[in-house]
Amino acid sequence: MSGAMRIGMTVNGTAQDHDVEARTLLVQYLRESCVLTGTKIGCDTSSCGACTVLVDGESVKSCTMLAAQADGAAITTIEGLAQGEQWHPVQTAFHEHHGLQCGYCTAGMVLAAVSLLDEIPNPTERDVRLGLEGNLCRCTGYHNIVKSVLAAAESMRAAK
Amino acid sequence: MIPAAFDYVRAATAAEAISLIGEHGDDAKFLAGGMSLLPLMKLRLATPTVLVDVGRVRDLSYVRDAGDHVAIGALTRHRDLETSDLLAEECGVLRAVAAQVGDNQVRHRGTIGGSVAHGDPASDLPAALLALDATFVVQGPAGTRSVAASDFFEGFLETTLAPDELLTEIRVRKSGATGFAYEKFNRRAQDWAIVGAVAVRVSGTAHVALVNMGSTPLRATAVETAIAQGASHADAAREAAVGTEPPADLNASAEYRVHLAQVLVRRALEAI
Repeated sequence: MSGAMRIGMTVNGTAQDHDVEARTLLVQYLRESCVLTGTKIGCDTSSCGACTVLVDGESVKSCTMLAAQADGAAITTIEGLAQGEQWHPVQTAFHEHHGLQCGYCTAGMVLAAVSLLDEIPNPTERDVRLGLEGNLCRCTGYHNIVKSVLAAAESMRAAK
Repeated sequence: MIPAAFDYVRAATAAEAISLIGEHGDDAKFLAGGMSLLPLMKLRLATPTVLVDVGRVRDLSYVRDAGDHVAIGALTRHRDLETSDLLAEECGVLRAVAAQVGDNQVRHRGTIGGSVAHGDPASDLPAALLALDATFVVQGPAGTRSVAASDFFEGFLETTLAPDELLTEIRVRKSGATGFAYEKFNRRAQDWAIVGAVAVRVSGTAHVALVNMGSTPLRATAVETAIAQGASHADAAREAAVGTEPPADLNASAEYRVHLAQVLVRRALEAI
């Protein structure tokens, strides 16, 4: 049994089309087939959230989704968040509020925050803490991450 | 961690899914959101040879007012349950319990039918559905049958579903917007419950169900009887572990789970 198949999806606005084994995980597909290594593999057990990407706009742990399940979907990874030289407001807020230290969780944390703010544009601190419960950070202790997300929410509302 | 090799086929309808699984035999499995099955496959604890992906059977994703009950398509995601206005009005407990499953990312993918069919006693929704006396609609090659939640869960990860049967709909009573509680105890926000207790007020009586207190989700019948006989919440809650066989693992001993069940049931009863 080879389980070989051809799948295609739009990743950061670019059409991707590759032959893969059916058992290929979305995170492997993004890192190895698309060569987009901004998405990190952390725990590999859908606990830590480092592999979070957006699938059709919603946060998903790409270590626990088959690439085949994302066939035809629109994916956003950390590489696709900025508009040219212009960072996404969540990226800017993480920079300004020191929302990262080693950076390993950051790509997933930022994409989880983007999805959260899409669902709750005006979150309370509790909304942010609950909304990021699927993302673990072992350096900053969350305080500055929460500050960053709240600041991003404010700047995104102001820009509307 | 990479799953063992398998073939992948995608179904567009429930009927096609059942026909595909029939072609591929007992080692084929349905894949819905994959939030339970894929981790097991990555650990090689499950090694199906064929996955029949039902994730795109869109007409099995709905929450509908069906008169005397609410009908929920098996492929409705937790995210859609926790944001459902109809559930907020007619079955608030299910909305509240769905909001406590995993984390946002898991709720964006995981489905109610996947959770029920997986049959994990540590899952949140099966206990809530047991407390609600839910009915499960199951479709197979020979047609459709209905199974009461109380007859559905047979053992650890075992249900009454035959390998070629697909859970298609969950029917729950209209239990209202209030009068329920879910007490979930865990170490990290996103984890499975070490123990959980669901309480729902149903026409003047209390229905109580337990998460992770045995090999299946369980009704706390001794608690319900005590309440019906006029016992106080505290006295009734002492009966929470009667008839249970709680597991012991790295998170908790069986004795600790008994203690947790009693405390959580008391809190849940006090809240309804």
